[in-house]
Formats: sequence, structure tokens, C-alpha cells
Amino acid sequence: MIAALREAAIAAAVAFGLFVLLVGLKTEPGSAGTLILRERFGDVALLCGLVFTGRLLMALWRARRAAVEPGAPTRLAALTGRLGPWLAPALLATALLLPWLPGIGRSELDLGILVLTYVMLGWGLNIVVGLAGLLDLGYVAFYAVGAYAYALLAENFGLSFWICLPLAGILAAFWGVLLGFPVLRLRGDYLAIVTLAFGEIIRVVLVNWTELTGGPNGISGIPRPSFFGLPFSMGGEEGSFAAVFGLEPSPSHRVIFLYYLILCLALLTNWVTLRLRRQPLGRAWEAMREDEIACRALGINLTATKLSAFALGAMFGGFAGAFFATRQAFISPESFTFIESAIILAIVVLGGLGSQLGVAIAAIVMIGGFELFREFDEWRMLIFGGVMVAIMVLRPRGLVGTRTPTIALGERRKISAALVQEGRG
Amino acid sequence: MHHERPESGLAYALQQLINGVSLGMIYGLIAVGYTMVYGIIGMINFAHGDIFMIGAFASLIALLLLSAGGLMEGPAAILLVLVISVAITGLYGWAVERVAYRPLRGSFRLAPLISAIGISIVLQNFVQVAQGARPKPAEAVISGGIELMREGDFTVQLTYVQILIIALTLAVLAIFTVLVTRTRLGRAMRACEQDRRMASLLGIDTDRTISLTFVIGAALASVAGTMYLLRYGVIDFYIGFLAGVKAFTAAVLGGIGSLPGAVLGGLLIGLIETFWSAYFSVQYKDVAAFSILVITLIFLPTGLLGRQEVEKV
Repeated sequence: MIAALREAAIAAAVAFGLFVLLVGLKTEPGSAGTLILRERFGDVALLCGLVFTGRLLMALWRARRAAVEPGAPTRLAALTGRLGPWLAPALLATALLLPWLPGIGRSELDLGILVLTYVMLGWGLNIVVGLAGLLDLGYVAFYAVGAYAYALLAENFGLSFWICLPLAGILAAFWGVLLGFPVLRLRGDYLAIVTLAFGEIIRVVLVNWTELTGGPNGISGIPRPSFFGLPFSMGGEEGSFAAVFGLEPSPSHRVIFLYYLILCLALLTNWVTLRLRRQPLGRAWEAMREDEIACRALGINLTATKLSAFALGAMFGGFAGAFFATRQAFISPESFTFIESAIILAIVVLGGLGSQLGVAIAAIVMIGGFELFREFDEWRMLIFGGVMVAIMVLRPRGLVGTRTPTIALGERRKISAALVQEGRG
Repeated sequence: MHHERPESGLAYALQQLINGVSLGMIYGLIAVGYTMVYGIIGMINFAHGDIFMIGAFASLIALLLLSAGGLMEGPAAILLVLVISVAITGLYGWAVERVAYRPLRGSFRLAPLISAIGISIVLQNFVQVAQGARPKPAEAVISGGIELMREGDFTVQLTYVQILIIALTLAVLAIFTVLVTRTRLGRAMRACEQDRRMASLLGIDTDRTISLTFVIGAALASVAGTMYLLRYGVIDFYIGFLAGVKAFTAAVLGGIGSLPGAVLGGLLIGLIETFWSAYFSVQYKDVAAFSILVITLIFLPTGLLGRQEVEKV
């Protein structure tokens, strides 16, 4: 108890040092363009008090908790393990029926579309990070390539969404290979920083190449998708979706269509990933994640393995980008900043690097949580960063970290989160 | 910075050289922090750029506090600003390591990097919430300079701030070099860099050494932050991201793990960026820095002064 109190006091003293200037004194524009200081020492005292209590409770809780056997699945993991077989079908059924459930209006469906976009991006990045173990901090670049590819092709050449979608995916995959090629020799954190640099280069080019991309103003008036050639128009005239199917024209038709479109795209990503994991390519990815050098020694072609991971991940990013462009009808470089890459990465990390279900749940929790905290706009990112750190410190294998091995000798057993490794060294 | 652009003149080039060196010094100071941390625990401290930003904000508030108290006169006041900023920022460096990196030692490879990205987001948004998102202008504390050369209408100026930056950087680096090469702590740091487990077997408190490494790195970044504030006069919560990536580029260019390399890399990046924006295009100056990073890592992964590393299973 004394030790806990002392630790808490130290923590509070440190917190005082951290906050006394940066929180205690706020710089505000005063008269004549100069800054003045406004004191807020009450807030500092409050923060120090919070840190003190927090640290005290943590110390007490730690002392009381019995030592958990390392390697044993934790309670949460055991719970998800038991619910696992039911959770995925239940989620899928909910997703399929969502537009028809009572109480689901336009805004809820919009949120659903947003969440599914991130689920798809998360699954796409999961191929690169979770399966192949290549930390990509510039994933948003491929999202941007897909979005701009669709916008430019549709605006300049009048191509329809269904022609542009594969083109956007192919272009993004091409960029994935192009960017993947130079970084083949790099590993781990170096790779992460180079992909970050690539992402930023693409964004800076988008901002400055005004003739092609419209610069910071972006591209507006991007054609909306049609129902396989039948436009969703409000007039209900001959040849529109509503007229052909004999329905009352309604704006919700397009939203529902978009919802199912992104659901199909996301499920396609999931299906491809799951199938590939059982094939030589997928196994090579996972082997490469566990140990690159051993992989090379076993005769796996690392170049092809890495590039295919980059290309496939990028392709799904490109699909998602094309969808984003057609849904928003407006894109600008603002939507493709580093923070977007960080959010997608956080979804993959929270989901437990490699677990498909985990990524879906993480996307629902995070993007849904984002919407809940929309009023506290400034605080959202702060909390989000804090959660990212907390997850790494407390549950580095993600919230849903158990995995069934793709291939096993004899009996299949669940692997606990703590024992799953991401290619060390 | 943009005069009538007598771009062909020698004077213009000389002015760019001066600007480039003073900018490069700032990058170099931040780069030392990256390279030290990488050398000792082999992780990229992604939040280091934001520690620099914290240093700039701490300096700004200290500066405003001193001028409100009427104490903002002479070199002693600037020294006081530096001391306050170093103390606060050093504490941030310590706290970040303690909270976000130490529990992850021995965790899987990507965990510390992901945690560092989280800390970077936390620090940026903490400052945004606490101090507001608008850019903060600071009054020029030191103005004027020495006129070195005149060519037509164009005068080459070495401002007092630039002199201060160069002198201060050299002084800080001198102290730092003595610290690393001559003191007990420096020896412990170098021992940890070579072999952490062996160092701990020989009675070196490795946790404490790593903590102090973060504190020293943060202190250097905070000096860079103070100088950035004095030089550019405007800061916001987002300056850490770009400065961080560029300083990291400097560290990689110089050879990560090498301390003189970090300073050399910083100078090179500062010069390249300045000359690039002076002669080619200002819009693409960040692309220049990022491209150097990519090119270095691909063709010269050990950097200019780095050591070759051997991969083992």
C-alpha cells in the first residue's frame, strides 16, 4: 500500500511536470497579433489528481491479481474462441439484413457503408501486414490511386463504374508492384518508413499536379454508380432503376445499392484472402512473416512472394478507393493523409494481425466509436492514439488474437495470442 | 525568403548555403535522437518528431511567460528559455519511453513501432486540444544580422538567429560528444548498444541507461525546437511530422546508429532542401526529402557513415 502510494505520488509529480506549461498556460491570440497566456492551473490539478488515482488503482489491481500462467489463452480470447464459430455467421447475417432491419434509416446505413469501407481496407491491408508481415504505412496511397483512377477515367472518358472498378484495381496493383519493387531488400521498420514516404510523395503530387488532379480543390461531380446500367434518378423516368422495377423513386435505393456493393467487395476481399491462405502463395506469405531468412533457405522466391502481397493488398485498396470516389462524388487529397493509413493500420493491429474476424470487429468498434464521439471531435484522435498504445502494451496480439493454424499435423488446436509471433528478427 | 531571385548570382547561392546550414543544424539535432535510440534498442522512435514539436511549444510558452514577467532581455533569457524547454521536453522523452516502449521490450518486432505511431498521434492531438489548432506566431526575440556581401540589389545576410543556431548546435554537440565518449553514462550507453544482455550482466542498469538515452535525445530535440521557433517564428501542432520524417531521413542518410553521421546527414538534407526550393520548386521540396530517403535506403542502406550489419536467423 505504501509502495503503491509512493508510485502514485511519483506519477502525479511527473504528470505535473508534463502538464504545468502545456496545459496550465494556454496561448491565445491577444491584441495586435501577439500571443497572450491564459492560466488554467485548475485543469492541471485535475489531471494530476486523475493520474494519481489511476496509478494507485493500477498498482492495487496488479497486486491483487494472481499471476496468470503465460501462454494460456486469456478469458477474452477464450470467450471469442467459444463464440467464434457463431460470431462470424451472426455478423454476416446482420450485415446482409441491415437495410431491412427496423430502425435503420439513411444515416445508419451511411455509417454501415463507412464501416464496411474500413472493413474492406482493413482486410486488404491485412494481406500485407497480417499475412505477409510487411508493415505498410502508406496504404492510403493505393486507396488514393484507386479513387483518382476512377474519378479521372469516369470524368474524362465517360467509362462506367463497372469498367472503371477493375481498372482502378489493376492500376493500384500496378502501383503496389512499382512501389514494392524498390523496397524488396528492406525489412521491418525501414520498410515502414519507406512506405510512409511513398504515401506522402503521392499525396504531395496529388496536391501540386493541378492540371490533372485539380490540386487541393480535388475533383467534384464524379459520376454516381448505376444499377448495372440503370441510373438511380429521382424523376422515375423511362429506363431508370425505379421505373424498370416498378418501384416508387426514392433516394434510399442508391444508398442500399451502395451498401450491398461495398458489402460484396468486402466479402470478395475476405473470400480471396481465406482461399489464398490455403494455397502455396498464402502459406509462403505466412512463412515469410515468421522468418524471412529461413524462407529463403527453403527455396521460396521472396521477390514474388512480397510483390504478390503488395499487389493484392494494393488492388483491394484500389477497389475501395474507386468505391469511395463514386460514393462521395468528390475527392481531394485531404482524404488521403497519413492519419488515414494509421487508422487502417490500427484496425488491423486491434484485430490481431492476421485474423479476419478480428479486423471486422475492430473496424466496427473503431469507426462506430468514432461516430459516437463525433461531438468531441478534437478528442477523438487523442483517445484513438491512446487506445493504440494501450492495445500494444496490454494485448499486443490484438483483441481477438487466437488463430487456428492453417495447416497442422494431426489434431488442430487453437494457438493462444501470446504464442503467435510475427516474424522476429 | 524569396527576393527578386537573381538566381544565377554567387550571392544568391551563398545566401542559400547559409540558410541550408542553419536548417540542417536543426535537422541534425533531431536526427541524433533517432540514431541514438535506434542504436541502443533498435527501434524507430516514430514519436521523436513530435517530441521536437513539444520542445518548440514549451519554448514558446516559456518565452511568453518570461516576456510577461519583463525578463525577456539579453542572452540570459534565451538560456533560461532553453533550460525550461529542455527540462519539460526531457520529461516527455522519459515518460514516453516509460509508458509506451518499456513494457514492449521483448514483444514482437512491430509492436514498438505501432506503439510509437500511437504516441505520435497522442502528442499531436494533446497539443491541439491543449493549445488550439491555429498556428502560433512568436515575436522575433533576436532581429538583425550581419551583411556579408552585396550584389546589385541582393544582399547576403547572416542573421543573428542563424549565428545563434550554428553556435548553439556546435556547443550542444560538443557537450554531447563529451558525454558519450568520456563519461560513465556514455560508456554504459555504448555498452548497451553493443550488447544489451552482456551489459546488464556486467552490472549496468540497462533500463536506466535506455531511459537516459531517451531523455538526452528529447533534450537535443527540444534545443532544435527552440531554434526552430526563433528562426521561423511560427509553430503549430503538426510541425513534428515533417521535421521528424526529414530528420529520420538525415539519420538514415548518415548511417543509422552513427552519431557524426546524423549531424552530417542533417546538414546534407538541410542543404538539399534549401537549394531545391531555391532553384527548382518550392511545392515539391518535401518530395525531394522523401525521395532521398527512398533512394538512400535502396542503394545505400547503411548510409554514409554506417556499419554493415549481418543478418542472422
